[in-house]
Amino acid sequence: MNRRNFIKNTGCLAIGFSISGSFIDAPSPMMQELPESIKRHPNINAWLEVLANGQVRIFTGKLELGQGISTAISQVAAEELDLTMENVEIVLADTLRTPDEGYTVGSGSIEQSAMAVRFAAAAARHKLLELAAQQLNVSVDQLTMKEGKISTITGDRSITFNQLLNGKQITDKIQAPVTLKPKENYKLVGKAIPRNDINRMVRGEQFYIQDLRFPGMVYASIVRPPAYEAKLLHLDEKALQKNIPGILKTVVNGSFIGVIAKEEYQAIKAQRWLQKHSKWSAGTQLPAGTDLVTYLKTLPVQTKRDNEKGSMPTDTSSFIKAQYFKPYHMHASIGPSCAVGIYENGRLHVWSHSQGIFPLRESLAKLLQLKIEQIDVTGVPGSGCYGHNGADDAAADVALLAMAYPGKHIRLQWTREEEHAWEPYGSAMIMEVAAVLDSSGKINSWQYDLWSDTHSTRPGGNANNLLAAQYYSTPLKEKQGFSGGGFRNSEPYYSFPNYQVNGHMFKGPLRTSALRSLGAYANVFAIESFMDELAEKAGKDPFTFRLMHLTDERAKAVIRKVQELIADVKQAANTGIGIAFSRYKNSAAYCAVAAQVQVQPKEGTIKVQKMWAAIDAGEVINIDGLINQTEGGMIQSASWTIMEQVRFDAQHISSRDWVSYPIMRFSQIPEVEVAVLNQPNEKAMGAGEAAQGPAAAAIANAVYKVGGKRIRHLPLHKR
Amino acid sequence: METTIQLYVNGKMHTVQVHPSTPLLYVLRNQLALNGPKYGCGLQQCGACMVLLNGKAEPSCMLPVSAVNNKTIITLEGLAQKDTLHPVQEAFVQEQAAQCGYCMNGMVISAVALLNENPKPSDAEIRAGLERSLCRCGTQSRIIKAVKRAANIKG
Repeated sequence: MNRRNFIKNTGCLAIGFSISGSFIDAPSPMMQELPESIKRHPNINAWLEVLANGQVRIFTGKLELGQGISTAISQVAAEELDLTMENVEIVLADTLRTPDEGYTVGSGSIEQSAMAVRFAAAAARHKLLELAAQQLNVSVDQLTMKEGKISTITGDRSITFNQLLNGKQITDKIQAPVTLKPKENYKLVGKAIPRNDINRMVRGEQFYIQDLRFPGMVYASIVRPPAYEAKLLHLDEKALQKNIPGILKTVVNGSFIGVIAKEEYQAIKAQRWLQKHSKWSAGTQLPAGTDLVTYLKTLPVQTKRDNEKGSMPTDTSSFIKAQYFKPYHMHASIGPSCAVGIYENGRLHVWSHSQGIFPLRESLAKLLQLKIEQIDVTGVPGSGCYGHNGADDAAADVALLAMAYPGKHIRLQWTREEEHAWEPYGSAMIMEVAAVLDSSGKINSWQYDLWSDTHSTRPGGNANNLLAAQYYSTPLKEKQGFSGGGFRNSEPYYSFPNYQVNGHMFKGPLRTSALRSLGAYANVFAIESFMDELAEKAGKDPFTFRLMHLTDERAKAVIRKVQELIADVKQAANTGIGIAFSRYKNSAAYCAVAAQVQVQPKEGTIKVQKMWAAIDAGEVINIDGLINQTEGGMIQSASWTIMEQVRFDAQHISSRDWVSYPIMRFSQIPEVEVAVLNQPNEKAMGAGEAAQGPAAAAIANAVYKVGGKRIRHLPLHKR
Repeated sequence: METTIQLYVNGKMHTVQVHPSTPLLYVLRNQLALNGPKYGCGLQQCGACMVLLNGKAEPSCMLPVSAVNNKTIITLEGLAQKDTLHPVQEAFVQEQAAQCGYCMNGMVISAVALLNENPKPSDAEIRAGLERSLCRCGTQSRIIKAVKRAANIKG
């Protein structure tokens, strides 16, 4: 996308859609079920258009987050229409142009959007062939399609998509059954098609929300309270004007303070000045200085039995027991959140890197008391988010400022400190597991209890969860959260005769929401650490012990594959290998991970040297994209596991930069290797979160192998 | 007070009106409309804002613009020769060494500076050369491969 197209694609008007939806299941060839997205947006032209230059433009309601989804979706479309990748362009989530596909989350974009586009493109193919058959006066089976042209088999006559459509679009409804291209004829799907966006990034072309520039654009900053729920007592706007040049407007509403300035650096200076020269109430005190596990256990909980099987023995005194803990983690995007907004002629337009621009629009309408129809939100890629970070909050901030200062594009860039101290973290979790083995060394009964805060406070059409809503003049108090996320992967995927899973949901001290894989990371860390502990008690090796508790052949296959990958690895002194497995959500991608660590005997310093993964995500769309996600997932999870925890003092978060919240740097990065088990005839499944949990447990299991020390409370390396 | 400052960026002299304490990053992005150097932390901790300053990779987020008016500044945009990418840029494309790509500026700039000084770095030297730059997507293993590819190092 060149500069002109960047502006065009992020700033121009087209058709709009407004119904929300999500896709339930992939179709089987026998009983074809169309994706839910297609049921909501049934017309072919909701998903694709033929352009005047003969190219095909695809519309997706999902956003590029660095997961390579724009390439994967383009591949699927190009495949069905026999186009080259160069002949396909893609428009990402935009309330003005694309279908509403809810949130770009849960590794669901391949399963949802790519499959919807596959059906739309296949339906378009049939329509184009029908039209060509009429025009050329031959039967459809006498025609071939290639690069935007339909020709007779004899090659004597041909007609382009454009000539067929004559400026119109294909508005037919997509109806089951749609005949899809036979997989054995695939030329693009499954291949490592390079991402075109990397070409643009490496040249420094306009790509990110941070790169949006509009004529006359002004710059904003927000002054954050010193603590959660602190109230503004005093602010001297006049003194600000006197001390900092370039201030265009100070917006104060309740405890929400924004400053708009001519230059970006002036907005930053104003923010710093006001932080020093404003008075606030104390706000909510945080439980600093107490052991977090002990503290969380004192909180009132809502208990829910999530899952059970068989009957648990009443006497559990003979059970082997262990308690695991995962602290609060940060999304820690490298680029802090950013948004641009303008309010003019009664309409608000916001540019955001939110994972869900349609629900964001609904939330903004409620926050600002505007009609949904008065708001447009355009999705523009930001820095990788790995879940619900500050993106939606920044959009709400800029919307409030735009309403107070109409007629100009306002750009708001959060600071590093704001992103670190105010983003919604991945919840701290406690996992207690107890189990008993039978005489053959198999697990007979399994008791699992987890403690967690919510794993989703996404705005979801609700204004209350937006950060600004909590500080605005009439604070919208009742926040809503989704507690189900804590249960993700809490049910064992192994076959145990008896088990029970209980969740104890608390409201913890820190703001929390969705972080990559939600509860699965902590649950798999606990389950897979405990599996190794039990394997040792049973006198079995970790591979055999897992395999003897599994019935799913695809699960066994990834474990055996990882076993094969490490078969010839020689161990140096103070090193060891651990393994772990999970099937993400117990219904998506299968992933087994091995980790080799080195532990310094004196200091106890842990270095992850190498990690291997075997992954089965069903039908592979882009093999390099799948490998990239899995490599990155392992490295990110290694960083969480070894060294990360959000720290706080009595007043607020004290992890406010990369020194107080360190993440892995190059000297600590392990080598990574990924083996993909492609299943062309199985449902395509997202894979972006599959490695998070097993990577953590594999490392903890390796550390135990080296030094005999079982670390159950994360991070593994205490500072 | 704003003053007139001359900056030599990507082979051209530019004249800007800014407050002399403004960090170079904001001048490059907002006055010169460059996208390469990114805001990441404003604290010289993450490397997203790296530029080549007289050939050395330096973070631009805290560097007052008044301190660089006699230096040669090259940004990501200034590395390619017309349509031909710099070998480091080409290697990042070949290795598909990105997910979100937000850190890529700092990685490419640091790698260019490293290879200028040390054309055949060891694995440890590559890691040391990139240590100041953070990536959250976990693409570091690909970035190391890209630097090796650019340096024609096998494996």
